[in-house]
Amino acid sequence: MKSEWARGLVQGAPFVLVIAPFATLFGVVAAEAALSLAQIMGFSALVIAGSAQFAALSMLVENAPLWAVLATALAINLRMAMYSAALVPHLGAAPLWQRALVSYMNFDQTYAASIAEYEARPQMSTGQKIGFYFGIATPIVPAWYGCTLLGALLGARIPESWALDFALPIMFIALLGPMLKTAAHLLAALVSVVVALSLAWLPAGLGLLIAAGAAMVAGAAAETLIEGAGPRRAEKGGGT
Amino acid sequence: MNHSAAEIWLVIALLAVGTFAIRFSFLGLIGDRPMPPLVLRLLRYTPVAVLPGMVAPMVLWPSATGGSFDPPRAAAALAALGVGLLTRNMLLAALAGAVALYGGLYLLS
Repeated sequence: MKSEWARGLVQGAPFVLVIAPFATLFGVVAAEAALSLAQIMGFSALVIAGSAQFAALSMLVENAPLWAVLATALAINLRMAMYSAALVPHLGAAPLWQRALVSYMNFDQTYAASIAEYEARPQMSTGQKIGFYFGIATPIVPAWYGCTLLGALLGARIPESWALDFALPIMFIALLGPMLKTAAHLLAALVSVVVALSLAWLPAGLGLLIAAGAAMVAGAAAETLIEGAGPRRAEKGGGT
Repeated sequence: MNHSAAEIWLVIALLAVGTFAIRFSFLGLIGDRPMPPLVLRLLRYTPVAVLPGMVAPMVLWPSATGGSFDPPRAAAALAALGVGLLTRNMLLAALAGAVALYGGLYLLS
């Protein structure tokens, strides 16, 4: 178990490069929005989900109603239900406290790195898999807290001419580009933009929820259609 | 921001509970039962369904310019999206966006 932990640690370490600027930026932007240090750290320690934290923050700044803030941020986190389900065959037999800890630290990076390892080495025991998972999380989680704190302390000292208002949209777009993997993903993104812009006159947050719902249906429908149209490609081993 | 400190704490607390519930859902409670394929298929699109709709108004009508269209900010958004699509690298995309934003602000000021 210990060697699996070390193995996970090595594979988790490079993610710090991604996490550190993201967390620092959250701290900076939240401090600019006049959140208290405790609130900023509360976000990063209790919610521990970058995109959702940024979304909640930007909607709070725009004075959106609380239900809309919560609905949007939780909608962004819904993908983690999928991660949770994907881990069941590997970690479902672990003790409850370990599964709870795994769940707390279940985000894009830990999920992606652990599933890839479990699939590459199916002979791992449940204990080894848990050790590996905690190994990945070991450098990432403290970096998330620490860089949030750093950003929060820097925050208020950064002058307005740095145009940090726009760090948030750039960060979201940077996250988004690599996610647009298929035609179905592109279509979902397009539907989301068009519907959100055309419903911008609705109370804050409402148009976005409708847009997100429409985009999810569009993406899933497009995937179904593409799958139905391409059985020959699947025969050649092109399936996912 | 018009929200009180108590309201912000409420958001943090409910988001923490809700996010943990989502993460704990299958691993902790539902167990090894398979999810309906349609649900899995819809869940796959949540990030690409939410993020673009949230970002588009920020790009077209930025709050920093009082909601009027701003060429440097639009250029930054395009640069971040283009580099993200081409390289599939989040950090490079963010960097490209920052370069375009500062370049645009410098040239137009």
